[in-house]
Amino acid sequence: MSICRSLTLLLIALFSLLSLPATAQEDDPGKALLINLAEAPASKVEEAVNAIVSSGDERARGWLEAYGNNRLSRVKDTGQVVLVLNNRGRDWEIADPLTGENMGEMSRRELARVAINNRIRGQLEGILAMLDLNAKDPDVREASAQDMMGKVDASLVEPLEAQLAKEEDAAVRNRIEEALAIYRVGEGNLEAVDVLAGSLHPRARAALNEAVRGDNEALAQRAARALESIEQKLQLNRAAETLYFGLSLGSVLVLAAIGLAITFGVMGVINMAHGELIMLGAYTTWGMQQLFPGQPGLALILSIPAGFIVAATAGIIIERSVIQYLKGRPLETLLATFGISLILQQLVRTVISPQNRTVVTPDWMSGSLVINDALSLTLNRLYVLAFALIVFAGLMLIMRKTRLGLEVRAVTQNRAMARSMGIRATRVDIMTFALGSGVAGLAGVALSQLTNVGPNLGQNYIIDSFMVVVFGGVGNLWGTLIAGLSLGTINQLLEPWAGAVLAKIIVLVFIILFIQKRPKGLFPQKGRAAEG
Amino acid sequence: MWLTRPLQERSTQIFLGVLFSAVVLVTFLHLFMPQDSALHVSAFTVTLLGKYLCYALLAVAVDLVWGYLGILSLGHGAFFALGGYAMGMYLMRQIGDRGVYGDPILPDFMVFLNWQELPWFWHGFDMAWFAFIMVLLAPGLLALVFGFLAFRSRVTGVYLSIITQALTFALMLAFFRNEMGFGGNNGLTDFKDILGFNLRTDATRLGLFIATGIALAIGYVICRGIVTSKLGRVSVACRDAEARTRFLGYRVERVQLFVFVVSAMLAGVAGALYVPQVGIINPSEFSPLFSIEIVVWVALGGRATLYGAVIGAILVNYAKTVFTGIMPDAWLFALGGLFVLVTVFLPKGIAGLLQKRRKAREDDDTPTAQEATV
Repeated sequence: MSICRSLTLLLIALFSLLSLPATAQEDDPGKALLINLAEAPASKVEEAVNAIVSSGDERARGWLEAYGNNRLSRVKDTGQVVLVLNNRGRDWEIADPLTGENMGEMSRRELARVAINNRIRGQLEGILAMLDLNAKDPDVREASAQDMMGKVDASLVEPLEAQLAKEEDAAVRNRIEEALAIYRVGEGNLEAVDVLAGSLHPRARAALNEAVRGDNEALAQRAARALESIEQKLQLNRAAETLYFGLSLGSVLVLAAIGLAITFGVMGVINMAHGELIMLGAYTTWGMQQLFPGQPGLALILSIPAGFIVAATAGIIIERSVIQYLKGRPLETLLATFGISLILQQLVRTVISPQNRTVVTPDWMSGSLVINDALSLTLNRLYVLAFALIVFAGLMLIMRKTRLGLEVRAVTQNRAMARSMGIRATRVDIMTFALGSGVAGLAGVALSQLTNVGPNLGQNYIIDSFMVVVFGGVGNLWGTLIAGLSLGTINQLLEPWAGAVLAKIIVLVFIILFIQKRPKGLFPQKGRAAEG
Repeated sequence: MWLTRPLQERSTQIFLGVLFSAVVLVTFLHLFMPQDSALHVSAFTVTLLGKYLCYALLAVAVDLVWGYLGILSLGHGAFFALGGYAMGMYLMRQIGDRGVYGDPILPDFMVFLNWQELPWFWHGFDMAWFAFIMVLLAPGLLALVFGFLAFRSRVTGVYLSIITQALTFALMLAFFRNEMGFGGNNGLTDFKDILGFNLRTDATRLGLFIATGIALAIGYVICRGIVTSKLGRVSVACRDAEARTRFLGYRVERVQLFVFVVSAMLAGVAGALYVPQVGIINPSEFSPLFSIEIVVWVALGGRATLYGAVIGAILVNYAKTVFTGIMPDAWLFALGGLFVLVTVFLPKGIAGLLQKRRKAREDDDTPTAQEATV
């Protein structure tokens, strides 16, 4: 009889391939499978479940889940199998399991629950996981194998081994092996310990810890050794993670400071409104996303030139309206630009809102790059890190290889001489300031992906940026890069044992002391340029 | 005597005369005018004026280092706040068992944080004399250490400004931490009395106002004494040509250190007088914005005049009171605009305007003296 049924099932499956799967037709194989499950006597339930599993039907997962949750019922009159969506009260909301179509409400008296026994229920979780192990997408397979770690029991060993034999994806194989090894370590298998020694998954460590505590001495020793090697790897990973966060923080500092390195370092202009130019860049990103709703990625890419232009324009206005009149009076410039920063902040508060604005992170920037179980790198930080390096490289090219860069360096070294050589120093001033401000705008675009965009955004970065520039050595772009990255890393190294605030204080104090030792920063300018 | 010399100066006499009559006038109007009279000065106004005078003293302290030493300190708020905290700790200990939790020794916030005993640095603050010495010592020591390190390695100009700003920023972050033992975010507040006088009574408030006036007068005379002494002339020389002064054989860093420490102590006194009048001290006094605001008071009033700093502090803070009352949003625009306008159009401040007018009058009197003025 069972051969007969299998044959009919096969036939039905073949037919179903020809028909559209979404439409519920009389010859939908699912229907037969479900009725088979609903009508099966207790001894045949397992068989019926297995039939559903091996059918490869995409809806099988939903059915079995509902079955496990007592949500699978039969309509007493028609014998039709339905999904119970809501089983509160007298009338239950039901749906067609084949199409997912809502069938309205039905009195619970007219429904009979499809019976399930505890043994099946216990296996169901594993069965569901097995179902995912057969999925087409290797990521789903890997996730389900990872899910199984620590949940494998005797009944699953055989199917898992079978799965392992036919699995081709290395990562999934690895997971399945680990899942099996966890079970085998529990059973006292020594070789399995070595398999787990390579794993960083917390479940593997839990299994090994249990083995260390267990009675089996040989196993305990071996497990302890394995744990040791895991611990070493973990420490390495933690160090890598700290380094990554440090570099990420550092890249933010570099981005924020590099514009300042140009206006302060090259031009000698203290621009306390630099932070607010960063803020303008961040708000430009927000504005672009309002212009292109639903396309955060496009808006973000367009914000890069837009943020540059907005901030550069603001910079030119500041330079023309205020800074040019304060040439040679650095302290006054500092005060005036501080005033400008207050005005810009208040402007944003009044015109837009005192509240933070949300900037959407596009899909391709969210999520993280998973290296292994203990280490995953968030993508947005990775992008910002890369962006900072690109901006830096671009600036280096401009300063070293272009006409503008040449003129800027000439004016910086000797203004009078440069002018007498025919360089229009005023124009160079404007261009330099615009460049520095534009880079601040770029920093804002990047920062909008990491922090809140609000009127105080710039204020939080201005002191840090100055510290980076001063620490790196004024007038030295390389110094700024190295100073930014190293300060970020130092900050992250200190954070675990000092806390975020104290770490920041320690870094500030460190810089203050460092300036005592080397007043001109890490990489002081040499020669005549140093006198200016 | 360097302290009595300024008393013979006309400008100091005028300043002290104006200050004295203002304090006497306010006292008179407060005490002897009937409540419903238009001329009556309420206790609230007296406290407000007292606050302005504290700010004025602070501005004088900043003008001493910025005007006469050329050091633009963006961290004087830190000294002000340290003085304030020293006073606040004394006032906290005076609360005794009248706090919310009624602990005879521990201030409320420590009980709240489940601390068992007083941290070591809180000892002694129950005695007024000790607290008042600390008002001078705490900012003075910080200025001494910081100044010693900075001036020894010849950190000057913009660098020094930014480091002072980082200093006050770091202190702000530190004082925000509950673990520091200074009340964290909320600071110290809920004071009851000072030297046995209830802080809530009008008489105490008036007394504090008068005390602030006296402190301002003394502070002004001290600063004037310094700037008219030989030391003052050396410090002006440091301001204008540091390297040249050094080559002439003066120990520039010692001059700078001395003046800087005196200025920090004055700022500490201002903070100490400020706290009982406003009734609270919290880490926001350390914020870089406050410190840089002080500088704009001085810039508006006129740098390197001392009395200009007083005018600037009172004017700006009066404007702040008015603006934040009528349209709070506009205040930052006004303050920001003030920064820009003063530095671009009024580099010598209000005092500069006054001097120019006087000079013009003198020129009218003596048309032959054609001096080139800027």
